[in-house]
Amino acid sequence: MAMLEVKNLSISFGGLKAVNDFQITIEKGQLYGLIGPNGAGKTTVFNLLTGVYQPDTGSILLDGVNITGKKTIDINQTGIARTFQNIRLFKELSVLDNVKAGLHNHHPYSTLEGILRLPRYFKVEKEMDQRALDLLKVFDLDKEADYTASNLPYGKQRKLEIARALATKPKLLLLDEPAAGMNPNETKELMDTIRFVRDNFDMTILLIEHDMKLVSGICERLTVLNFGQVLTQGETADVLNDPQVITAYLGE
Amino acid sequence: MKIKSAKSRVTLQNSITYAIVLAFWVFIQIWSRTGQMTSLFKGLLVPICTYVILAVSLNLTVGILGELSLGHAGFMCVGAFSGAFFTKAMADAIPSVNVRFGIALLVGAAVAALFGFLIGIPVLRLKGDYLAIVTLAFGEIIKNLINVFYVGKDANGFHFSMKDVASLNMGPEGEVIIKGAQGITGTPKASNFTIGILLVLLTLIIVLNLIHSRTGRAIMAIRDNRIAAESVGIHITKYKLLAFSISASLAGVAGVLYAHNLSSLAATPKNFGYNMSIMILVFVVLGGIGNIRGSMIAAVLLTALPELLRGLNNYRMLIYAIVLIVMMLFNSAPKAIEMRERLFDHMKKKNRKEAA
Repeated sequence: MAMLEVKNLSISFGGLKAVNDFQITIEKGQLYGLIGPNGAGKTTVFNLLTGVYQPDTGSILLDGVNITGKKTIDINQTGIARTFQNIRLFKELSVLDNVKAGLHNHHPYSTLEGILRLPRYFKVEKEMDQRALDLLKVFDLDKEADYTASNLPYGKQRKLEIARALATKPKLLLLDEPAAGMNPNETKELMDTIRFVRDNFDMTILLIEHDMKLVSGICERLTVLNFGQVLTQGETADVLNDPQVITAYLGE
Repeated sequence: MKIKSAKSRVTLQNSITYAIVLAFWVFIQIWSRTGQMTSLFKGLLVPICTYVILAVSLNLTVGILGELSLGHAGFMCVGAFSGAFFTKAMADAIPSVNVRFGIALLVGAAVAALFGFLIGIPVLRLKGDYLAIVTLAFGEIIKNLINVFYVGKDANGFHFSMKDVASLNMGPEGEVIIKGAQGITGTPKASNFTIGILLVLLTLIIVLNLIHSRTGRAIMAIRDNRIAAESVGIHITKYKLLAFSISASLAGVAGVLYAHNLSSLAATPKNFGYNMSIMILVFVVLGGIGNIRGSMIAAVLLTALPELLRGLNNYRMLIYAIVLIVMMLFNSAPKAIEMRERLFDHMKKKNRKEAA
């Protein structure tokens, strides 16, 4: 069974068909790329998948579970986590607390236990600290654990967002332009990290990216979106050599 | 290791806050025992505690939840009346004044929390200025509603009316408890400074422990980025309502304390109007939004100052204004913050040298 199976997904805003008859099938463990020119509707697809928008038509199956029309929180609990194109960290919280916020639903204790500082508070907080630190180590952020998130350099903020998303224990990770604003060295490092996450967390990843080096370097399959419609999809090498894609997006 | 040091820093900061409260209590005890304190200032001690609780609880809404609320006096009003009503109504059932006061505090907190919850459902859908305006309106509505309430008690039980005393239709031995605009009279004066300080400590423990828990993290995550909070599975409405209700219930506690410091309680624009809400907000803004200790100190200073400066009668308001400005600069001007941090670092180094 495919990890993600989307069929004729559409949404329009007023008269504009932002996404039209979109379909995609992602197998478990795949590293999948979603590319296309600006305004093609890539982020709208992400917003549809995560329940920020409700689709007009179509169905979304995650690991066999129908999540069409569900709320963002429920979809997150079913197993989709995401990062954002314009970084959305909890700016005034510490780096560690950002990840711990991601662990919110997996290490619960009640508000009363927190206020009264009952034994469970200390036990669960300790578990959370340990788990959050382990995640931060993967992204080489453990030394900055008590920094305020907004004080991190840009590249590390992007990494922290991925760490926070992973903390929610997703089955499918959506990355919205993870390399935006990174220099070539940072991008290369990011590619290794994404591969590492896929291999070590047993993760399926769908990413939007404009950096063709990253896309051709790590994505196994691609879908090209143009004017809200799927232009073509398939193996990375085939797609990138498709004359249609070259005209619409890559350029001669 | 880093995490441990961050954790112990939080513990240290919280302990300092509690220590300041205890030191203040000791200071006031010594001052009043030595007989130097004016009776007017003695009369201010319980109100100071009331205002500190209000400031700390409003900081939970404004600083931690990040929503501007201008109706805090309304929740205080609800707490004050429900607490005082309980004390009056249960005068026969529970003879001990202190026990009644203790339960009244719980009643006031619970009723105010209920109001916070009910008002929060529609109001927290709004943001920013709109939320501020609507909470302001709710505060006024509560105050005006209480002004037309008539509640009496006789052998048949409670009677309720919104017209006048006569329409209560009470038996001859009946007693009117809430008398419209005249409010509640004859509440026993059960509050004192020590109880006030205990309630301040309790409020601080609740708020500070809440902030540094899973719930507090969720609330601050919503404040910093609602969309991202939702994307990691945090229930927005639940935690907003929770924070708002806790904040309201603590304001209710302050109200009960306030009510049991007066022999007659009436909802006037002066004590429960929007001026009061704004004053509580001033404590919060001056002390630093999100800075619990700061709002506490601002509340004490701004309540005590007009009284302490009475000797300088003509210049009183002038000095008051200057203190306001200086505090604002001290708390939020970048240069002042830098200077404060340098001073703090310097002190730390000195301590280390002495230790070595």
